[in-house]
Amino acid sequence: MAKRAAPEVNAGSMADIAFLLLIFFLVTTTIETDSGINRKLPPIEDNNENVVIKQKNIFTVLLNGRDQLLVEDEPMELKNLRKAAIEFLDNGGDGTCTYCKGKKDPTSSDNPDKAIISLKNDRETSYKMYIAVQNELVAAYNVLRDARAQSLYGKSFSEMEANLNDVNWPGNKTKLKEQLEKIKVEYPQKLSEVQ
Amino acid sequence: MAKFNKKPGGEMPAISTASLPDIVFMLLFFFMVATVMRENTLMIENNLPYADQVEKLDKKDLVMYIYAGKPSANYKQYGNVARIQLNDKFADVNDIAAFIAAERASKREELIPFLTTALKVDKDANMGLIGDIKQELRKQNALKINYTTKKGSVFGRD
Repeated sequence: MAKRAAPEVNAGSMADIAFLLLIFFLVTTTIETDSGINRKLPPIEDNNENVVIKQKNIFTVLLNGRDQLLVEDEPMELKNLRKAAIEFLDNGGDGTCTYCKGKKDPTSSDNPDKAIISLKNDRETSYKMYIAVQNELVAAYNVLRDARAQSLYGKSFSEMEANLNDVNWPGNKTKLKEQLEKIKVEYPQKLSEVQ
Repeated sequence: MAKFNKKPGGEMPAISTASLPDIVFMLLFFFMVATVMRENTLMIENNLPYADQVEKLDKKDLVMYIYAGKPSANYKQYGNVARIQLNDKFADVNDIAAFIAAERASKREELIPFLTTALKVDKDANMGLIGDIKQELRKQNALKINYTTKKGSVFGRD
């Protein structure tokens, strides 16, 4: 028998099949949002030691059931919260904080290490408002840390953190980590939530 | 100069579509790789709030998801107050302990301290429910949490 050439398969409909699959995946794709505000909950402790904190070192933020803000016993708009928090944290009232650029008002916080933001919300407060307030308070810390990193190392804090997580970053990571730690110590995030 | 004369009736040659399947396949592979099949069927409304100071959750396998929100249109019989959803069903605050224990049991022991709880909560839920969840998480010593949000400014939204 003579050899017969295998008949060629018609590939013209391949595009159609690929299109069909493509459309299926297009429709089922949901780009997952997996980013958010990281927080750490305080562990449950049973010691009832009362730590005395000076009233001036506490920045009270109250959020009522109608999503209204009361900051340091005065009503405030959400858009002013970030600035007020920055002023409070960066005050440096007792002069020990050499890097603070605040007003050094003796009736406000002593230094960023002692300054505590206390957030209290009602059961009826909406989650949206709570996240907005959390966001503004975290932003206040980030602004201060960015400014400090900029003056010390010429880079913003968020940029340095991005470098730390970037596997392709060529610099010295242990040194970068130390620098980040230093800034975190200078502006510690002390955000307490009252239950 | 006959060389440069146009041929009579010189039409545009048809564009070859032979590379079309290649292009389509390229797109197809992109979407196949980018697609994440949803693990849980949501029975609640889950309209996340906006925030702009967000950090990314990098290790997807070390995240426990707790959903909360009011039951969606198909589950109206469960009322219209915000509820918790764990895995594929509605749950109570007391069920969180068992859920955390099960999630921890399914992970390798050395990874347990790195487990993060992602709270995917509808923006219209009230804080009472979230306060209860947080208290329960504290009891279970699952202290790393993440409020999952969309990225965007917090102002000028309803």
